[in-house]
Amino acid sequence: MRTLTHPHLLRRVFVWELPVRVYHWINAACILVLVATGFIISDPPAILSGKEAYQNYWFGTTRFLHFTASYLFLFNFIFRLYWGFVGNKYANWHNFIPSNRKFWSDIMNVLKTDIFMTQREPETTVGHNRLAGLTYLLTFFAFGLQCLTGFGLYAAMSDWWLPNLFGWVAPLVGGDFMLRQIHHWIMWFFILFTIIHVYLVFYHDYVEGRGELSSMAGGWKFVEEEVFDEADKAHEKK
Amino acid sequence: MDMTTDPLAKRPTYYEELRSKGYTRRDFMKFCTMITAYMGLQQSGIAQVADALKSTPRIPVIWLHFQECTCCSESFIRTSHPITADILLDKISLDYTETLMAASGHQAEEAMQKTMKDHYGEYVLCVEGSVPTFGDGEYCCIGGKSAVQILQETAKGAKAIIAWGSCACNGCVQAAKPNPTHATPIHKLVKGVPIVKVPGCPPIGEVMAGTLVHIIAFGRLPELDGIGRPKAFYSKRIHDSCYRRPFYDAGMFVETFDDENAKKGYCLYKVGCKGPSTYNACGIMKWNNGVSYPIQSGHGCFGCTEEQYWDNGPIYERIPNLAGFGIESTADKVGMVALGVTAAGIAAHAVATNLRKGKSVDTLIKEGKEAEKEL
Repeated sequence: MRTLTHPHLLRRVFVWELPVRVYHWINAACILVLVATGFIISDPPAILSGKEAYQNYWFGTTRFLHFTASYLFLFNFIFRLYWGFVGNKYANWHNFIPSNRKFWSDIMNVLKTDIFMTQREPETTVGHNRLAGLTYLLTFFAFGLQCLTGFGLYAAMSDWWLPNLFGWVAPLVGGDFMLRQIHHWIMWFFILFTIIHVYLVFYHDYVEGRGELSSMAGGWKFVEEEVFDEADKAHEKK
Repeated sequence: MDMTTDPLAKRPTYYEELRSKGYTRRDFMKFCTMITAYMGLQQSGIAQVADALKSTPRIPVIWLHFQECTCCSESFIRTSHPITADILLDKISLDYTETLMAASGHQAEEAMQKTMKDHYGEYVLCVEGSVPTFGDGEYCCIGGKSAVQILQETAKGAKAIIAWGSCACNGCVQAAKPNPTHATPIHKLVKGVPIVKVPGCPPIGEVMAGTLVHIIAFGRLPELDGIGRPKAFYSKRIHDSCYRRPFYDAGMFVETFDDENAKKGYCLYKVGCKGPSTYNACGIMKWNNGVSYPIQSGHGCFGCTEEQYWDNGPIYERIPNLAGFGIESTADKVGMVALGVTAAGIAAHAVATNLRKGKSVDTLIKEGKEAEKEL
């Protein structure tokens, strides 16, 4: 087991490029709006009003917000997929797809160190750890499914070709009703993911002191000198 | 007598048949105008339909009844114009239908065999009801044959099949869980013959007539949607033509069927109306010759044209059921439990973090404090 020197000598690494950070926060805001308006659309609150129907439009506005946010979400998602091919190495698609045995053994390592805490290993990954990478792959699937089911529902309401591209989804699952249910179930994945995600960011920031929490604002993480030494050794071996 | 008749065809045209029944040309044109409007065609379509019905010899129709309640037939014979029933449901026009034919027993079966032989590849096969496939198909037998056998035999020589109603399109109530007889919709049993689905429990009579007239008049199937339903009648949701839609957009909902909002005619969304996910023409054509339709009568749509609508959760609620988690479980209830488990897991993890990693965190803090003092 490697030990770290005291005091820690840290070097600043630019991990999250600006487009990644902008993507992250647009995505977060969209999910927040979509989940909130989604709940309202599925079960609207009882609002007593003496007004005539033509003087109210709050439910229409709620749906408008949901649809607007969903367009933003879709385009933002497509942009992120693109950035997986042109961004820096921490944004690259390789981070998310288990392609070798090392990926899986790294996942086991993260599980032992951070989730079940049965071993003590200092953190050496700089971008996403492998378990996080795999989890983000799952979120990408969820994003894709939610876009398919959501725009599949929206297709019948629109004359635009883009949503109409999703017209085949409803017949595939047997109609709008089933589609609506699937859309609703997947939403819960987003909620559970968000909670665990936010908690783990705080956790890493707390136990590692490398600026995990602020990295999504400025893009910086602070990495121990030893991690650089090891990287150098690995380069020399090659 | 009109001379546009094809001299080769021995069978009378629709127009000839109607005239012989005592209808005037004016009656005929009125019918053509009405049915053209229902089919969603433009005005020039009236002449096309009239011409076609004048020149086309009647197409033989075999109308089968399997697992069903005959509500489709009932709906059909109540279409707003009497010619509809006369033209298509008369015993001459309709070669075989258990409900309305005069013949019975061997006589009737012979009539069907004769039509199948004489008009092989020409007749339209209408199927009302689903087909039980469990066992040897013995849950529905007519004349000593199972429904599966009858369907296979008649489908072979059919020009097209019209699946009437939800039974034939998706199995309806007898296909609801646990589906003891394995009630199966027509499109899952017949391959190689074009099928039009006209779902609904029952379908609107005018929709049925419009679909049939389209096939008769133009000799081809109407344009179909992704599920195989005629687009002219099934491309819009009940929700899109609902006269209560302004209340939906305004967020003014009926909370219970006996509240003030129900009296005021607010939107029925929260008491389970499936209008937003149901495709049919109820809001425009309405029922019983345009008198009313469920929502107008104060009851939400329950989505009878949609697949598996009996299993799609409660009729009076909008909360989606979660299959496999028990009848009372909804996605939200399961989600809340998952949320609770997650929260508990996080709390336990946070405590464990401080126990297991407290030392290294302390080191970090100590180091930080030393740094603070140095400055």
